Amino acid sequence: MPTLRSVYKDNKKVLHMSSVPRAPASRPPRPKYVDINLLHLPPAGLMSIFHRVTGVVMFGLLIPTVLCVLQGTLGSEAGFMRWKGYFAEPMVKLIVIGFIWAYMHHFFAGIRYLLLDVHVGIAKEPATLSARLVMIGGVVAAILIGARIW
Amino acid sequence: MVKKADRTPVGAGYGWQDWLAQRITAIIMLLFSVVFLGFFIVKGSVSYGEWKQLFSNQAMRILTLMFFVAVFYHAWIGIRDVLMDYIKPAGIRLALEVGVIVFLVGCTIWSGAILWGS
Repeated sequence: MPTLRSVYKDNKKVLHMSSVPRAPASRPPRPKYVDINLLHLPPAGLMSIFHRVTGVVMFGLLIPTVLCVLQGTLGSEAGFMRWKGYFAEPMVKLIVIGFIWAYMHHFFAGIRYLLLDVHVGIAKEPATLSARLVMIGGVVAAILIGARIW
Repeated sequence: MVKKADRTPVGAGYGWQDWLAQRITAIIMLLFSVVFLGFFIVKGSVSYGEWKQLFSNQAMRILTLMFFVAVFYHAWIGIRDVLMDYIKPAGIRLALEVGVIVFLVGCTIWSGAILWGS
């Protein structure tokens, strides 16, 4: 007949962590699934990733472009006229409109974040609505300003 | 009763500074953008003389440089956040961050040279 002490020890052994089966130390890496379909994102997520992408694009392309244009146009009248000629090209205008969209999207998304910081539209429904408005606003602003410069 | 943790919460402590700087620079850019872009959207086109005269104004040069510095500092915080999210190896991340800083410091000096040099 087992003693009380041995029952206790056996139970303890069963419950002890060391008896729980553990994964081997070197297990194969878990599969990683990345959902790259942006349309699966909710509006706020879509707006957010565009905020990030437009920021990176403006950092890498718009900053040096603006400085080049400023240098060229302020440098001499010939430089000013040369840039004016470039901006008359339809391809260049399309690129400019692309930059305008990036700027305006980033601009509106930033205003949305500033409002969220002061708890304006922080609830789920208004935040989703404002995310939609940011995305629509960026496109509408790009179309309006694009029409103005065309 | 909940006892307050007997330890000092520690951290780098600069996260809130960057958060605040990102917003202050955003507001500087917002104001400059609205006035500057608004002026040109309304005006339509500008002659070389008007353009040159605008940037020969000392106040305009200072405001423009402030705008550029706000852009570059804002870009630094944003790009650093992006690098922290996607670039995990410390060495590569550090190299990219140094590259970004060098580029943006260079852009700052270049902006000053353009505004006061031409």
